[in-house]
Amino acid sequence: MSNAKRLIVGPFNRVEGDLEVTLDISAGQVQTARVTAPMYRGFERILVGRPPEDALVVAPRICGICSVSQSVAAARALASVAQVRLPENGRLLTDLMLACENAADHLTHFVLFFMPDFVRPVYAGRPWFAAAERRFAAMNGEASRQLVPARARFLHLMGLLAGKWPHSLAIQPGGVTKAADSGERIRLLGILADFRRQLEQVLFADSLEAVAALCSRAALDAWADKAPADHGDFRLFLHIARDLGLDHSGRGPDRFLSHGSFGLFPAGLAADGQVRAFDPAQVHEDLTHAWMDSPSRPDADKQGAYSWCKAPRLDGRSVETGALARAMVAADPLARDLCGKGGGSVEARVVARLVELAKLVVAMEDWTKQIRPGDAICEEAPLPLHGHGLGLVEAARGALSHRLDLDGGRIRDYAIIAPTTWNFSPRDSLGNPGPLEQALQGAAVMDGETTPVAVQHIVRSFDPCMACTVH
Amino acid sequence: MRHGGQPKLAAMSEPFSILWLQAGSCGGCTMSMLAADDVGLVHALDRFGIRLLWHPSLSAECGAEALAILEDAASGRVKVDALCVEGAALTGPDGSGRFQILSGTGQPLTQWIKAIAAHARHVVAVGSCAAFGGFPAAEANPTEAVALQSLLGTDFHALGGLPVINVAGCAPHPGWLVESLAELALSGTCALDSLGRPRAFADHLAHHGCGRNEFYEFKASAARPSDRGCLMENLGCKATQAPGDCNIRRWNGYGSCTDAGYACINCTSPDFQDPEAPFAETAKIAGIPVGLPVDMPKAWFVALAALSKSATPKRVRANSHADHVIVPPARLPPKP
Repeated sequence: MSNAKRLIVGPFNRVEGDLEVTLDISAGQVQTARVTAPMYRGFERILVGRPPEDALVVAPRICGICSVSQSVAAARALASVAQVRLPENGRLLTDLMLACENAADHLTHFVLFFMPDFVRPVYAGRPWFAAAERRFAAMNGEASRQLVPARARFLHLMGLLAGKWPHSLAIQPGGVTKAADSGERIRLLGILADFRRQLEQVLFADSLEAVAALCSRAALDAWADKAPADHGDFRLFLHIARDLGLDHSGRGPDRFLSHGSFGLFPAGLAADGQVRAFDPAQVHEDLTHAWMDSPSRPDADKQGAYSWCKAPRLDGRSVETGALARAMVAADPLARDLCGKGGGSVEARVVARLVELAKLVVAMEDWTKQIRPGDAICEEAPLPLHGHGLGLVEAARGALSHRLDLDGGRIRDYAIIAPTTWNFSPRDSLGNPGPLEQALQGAAVMDGETTPVAVQHIVRSFDPCMACTVH
Repeated sequence: MRHGGQPKLAAMSEPFSILWLQAGSCGGCTMSMLAADDVGLVHALDRFGIRLLWHPSLSAECGAEALAILEDAASGRVKVDALCVEGAALTGPDGSGRFQILSGTGQPLTQWIKAIAAHARHVVAVGSCAAFGGFPAAEANPTEAVALQSLLGTDFHALGGLPVINVAGCAPHPGWLVESLAELALSGTCALDSLGRPRAFADHLAHHGCGRNEFYEFKASAARPSDRGCLMENLGCKATQAPGDCNIRRWNGYGSCTDAGYACINCTSPDFQDPEAPFAETAKIAGIPVGLPVDMPKAWFVALAALSKSATPKRVRANSHADHVIVPPARLPPKP
């Protein structure tokens, strides 16, 4: 093809870690994309040989963005070995911490990582540009000045229950280490009430319940049109998405995985127009294009490899995971309407995240009211010397699993598959691309662009967490 | 960058500029900093005339634009008052640095750090991975991870005259970084302890102000996670040895590790990642904890512990084994 060229995009920022994207471009479009995770730390090896309980300290340090999710995955893996069940208070308090992290991450992604791209000079002529610049200029937009403090005060929930965020030891196989007494339960409700008000005034310009109730493309469009475009940041995004056609941008593999979470979102695989049960035994990690000799042995010189990321596949196929996947597996009518038959899009991913944010805060208020001060929060969970455990979690960015083998009271093997490992995986042995690699095919590249803005929207629409990806 | 019209404590003609790189890191130090003083890192620093020249999580510039900034910094064309590095320097495999290539450049990040550090007025290690190696440098050390000072050379001093400033912690309290940077911006220096940690926080112990103080005094010890008792005797707490004002200030508005019911793991110290016993278990010899307060004679500690145990009020003993207060403090009867 004429005017064919290759672009290597990096350092790719606002992706929580290290990312490089190689694009083969012709006819103003990305023809093929290769996604490279260029940093390796070796946590799976660092865990081997340690006492199993130490996973509770080590695992969260895989990722400072999804630290609680990693803690919960490790705790669940150990709990499955110890065969212990959480008391009701322990479950509620764990859910509150996990939901707090997920909700805070959704907000951080939208305000700090995703929206600043609409302030690029290439959009200076668009009707929404002035509003976008005022609200979302990197570091100093109004939205960051309002919502970063709101997020910080929301994380007071972590201060109260987890001691600090990130990297807490409060989450245990049998529950949690910190009870909420009656006064603390009230403080939690106060924190949630403040956060609700910020979201309702600034982000949504509507009640959380109204956002959570949006149930179709038509309802979403009508909601967007019932007020001026800059009336709430979510509405501003919907107007931008409509103008730029973000509903057609970054279409994924149309297969969605969720481990299920909070009793709000079921586990399953949504593909081919139906939802099926998820079977962890059908997951395998393909190493063909990863700089790995074995699941935990790196080889920086491996022929044909181009990423430290392995390629997890479910029944041999790539899947997308995240808030949109949770909604698709739950057969949520809005998510189904937005995806149609074409898989996820930039718009659908962002909408799913913000609608989930609204739902989570409502649910957290409910859980906090269910806490019964004085009831048990933690069961003892003595571990056998030998055993096999599996911990499944939904992190903000999707399906996270920890699988461990104990031998002689030590960790013999520890395997982690993180959400962005699924989403940003390289090609597999059949040459099938990972979800992002697929989503980037067809992305528009304008003349003279070195870091194509359409590519940036698509990459960031997945809310990647590169720290987790390779670990 | 605009400054939002806030008054500055430091009336400087030029802002104090920071370039931030993420080496072998989990990103958690940045996440901790995002909650600084409940206003966020950008505005917490802005009060002191400090601005971020580039930060991997916060800046607009991506790809070629970002690379241009880094090239300017590496060649001294742009002023860098402080280079902040989060994460350990990954020098493997075989010293090549290829476990972390700075994307878009084909060059190991370690090379970029060295080049920019040579022109920076101050070099700040953010978090224990950058300060001492941290978890990437744990026993097997599969990536040949080293501390920033080791990467730059044990004799390295930045242009401002200081060695690497080790804002240790996993993750550090955001105040530790903000206050260290503000001190550098205001006075051009920062008092450091023998391991390069700012004395402003390292002169304290995590034990100071611990909410479990009464249980400590009577050696009324927790036996299981979720017990309210002192965490030192059985559950691995190292707060009596750990540098940090962790229990004097609050984390995320309300908390601290020990307040939340789990052990201090001494995360501000070198090699905390490889303890002698499991993290949540106290290493003991003949029933006596190995890690006693460093500046207290062991015999005195044992004698005082035995005495205080024998004097423990029933209330304190009962509550030390519960997850909530089951025996409230006794009250004097009201005066007639």
